[in-house]
Amino acid sequence: MATTVDARGFSCPQPVLMTLEAIKKGSPQDLIVLVDTDTSKENVMRAAQSQGYTVQEVAPEGEGYRIQLVKG
Amino acid sequence: MPMKNVFASRRGIVAVGAVIGILAPVLQKLGNPGNMGICVACMERDMAGALGLHRAEVVQYMRPEIIGFVLGSLIAAYLFKEFRPRLGSAPIVRFILGVFAMIGALVFLGCPWRAMLRLAGGDGNAIFGLLGLAFGTWVGTLFLKNGYTLGRTQPTYTSAGWILPLTMLGFLVLLFVFPQIPGEPKSGVLFYSVKGPGAMHAPVALSLAVGLLVGFLAQRSRFCTMGALRDLILFRQTHLFSGFVSLIVFAFLTNLILGQFKAGFAGQPVAHTQHFWNFAGMALAGLAFALAGGCPGRQLFLAGEGDGDAAVFVFGMIVGAAFSHNFGLASSPQGIGPHGIAGLVVGFAVCLFIGLTMRKKTA
Repeated sequence: MATTVDARGFSCPQPVLMTLEAIKKGSPQDLIVLVDTDTSKENVMRAAQSQGYTVQEVAPEGEGYRIQLVKG
Repeated sequence: MPMKNVFASRRGIVAVGAVIGILAPVLQKLGNPGNMGICVACMERDMAGALGLHRAEVVQYMRPEIIGFVLGSLIAAYLFKEFRPRLGSAPIVRFILGVFAMIGALVFLGCPWRAMLRLAGGDGNAIFGLLGLAFGTWVGTLFLKNGYTLGRTQPTYTSAGWILPLTMLGFLVLLFVFPQIPGEPKSGVLFYSVKGPGAMHAPVALSLAVGLLVGFLAQRSRFCTMGALRDLILFRQTHLFSGFVSLIVFAFLTNLILGQFKAGFAGQPVAHTQHFWNFAGMALAGLAFALAGGCPGRQLFLAGEGDGDAAVFVFGMIVGAAFSHNFGLASSPQGIGPHGIAGLVVGFAVCLFIGLTMRKKTA
């Protein structure tokens, strides 16, 4: 079961903070982050990559995006 | 998969910093005040003056650059399908943060953009301003680490996202309907400075064109001056910071070429030499920007892409400029205003109140 972070509606830097916190807490293998702006999407991807995560897929969902991250 | 945004790359943000760094000193050459090619705080202050919200006669002009920032961002957001009308993240708090951000900025005499341009023009006082900005931003990151948040926005009507862009269009219409009459302090409903910084400006069309271009590029690249420092402090991330450095370097080189570089502390254009207050003014502004999630430029670009809360912050800054000049909070080249210190004390108290009480434990 992948960990999901719902950062929709939050402006920067909160989506990044929430993503990093999820990584710090459980270091999950699969991590899904929901965001609602392109800025948040870019920032979350950049931050996750710096933590050793790979972006598996970015899919539009509702008003925003669903970012699928995988460790390693 | 959405198309890749080249401006969000390292090269992209450096290039945008370079373009702004070159264009701002050029605007000064064309008529804008010294080290004020672009200054979001000063320019919004001048707009407040043009509208008669304050009556400081030397700082009244409807600055087309600001109008261009919002509209340029709007155009970019629509072209790249990023216009997302949203609002509802504690707007009243954002308004107040805008008010005190402006009060702090006007104690220093400039926003972060101008702090960089002042440094690039040789104004040593800017060092204290930039240190203050970093300090204020750092305090802001402490709150963020402890769960400070203004909550989520909600999607809203497209037309709601248009409110600030339409207001800016309205200001542009006023500027065209009531153009400046040489030597006259008023044209129709608009006030115009006949002397002082407000009387110094590049031709309207050029100011507007540069504003539109910067607005467009900044929307694409997410350029943010406070964010540059915040991400560096909070995440050790240098992405936005590289744009920040690029702006200073290119503005410095452009100033050298144009013969506008003059190193020193005393006698710098629209600046005072009270180091502590330069530091403290910008510290308050930096803290308010950090709590609101963006520098004054970024708030304009966000408003252009439909963020109604950023739009409220912008109005807060314009109203803050009126308070600053009506209450004697703003500095002048002679030094801080008669009530500038009181303004800072109240501002820090308000920001601490906001930062300490608006916290959520993230689940």
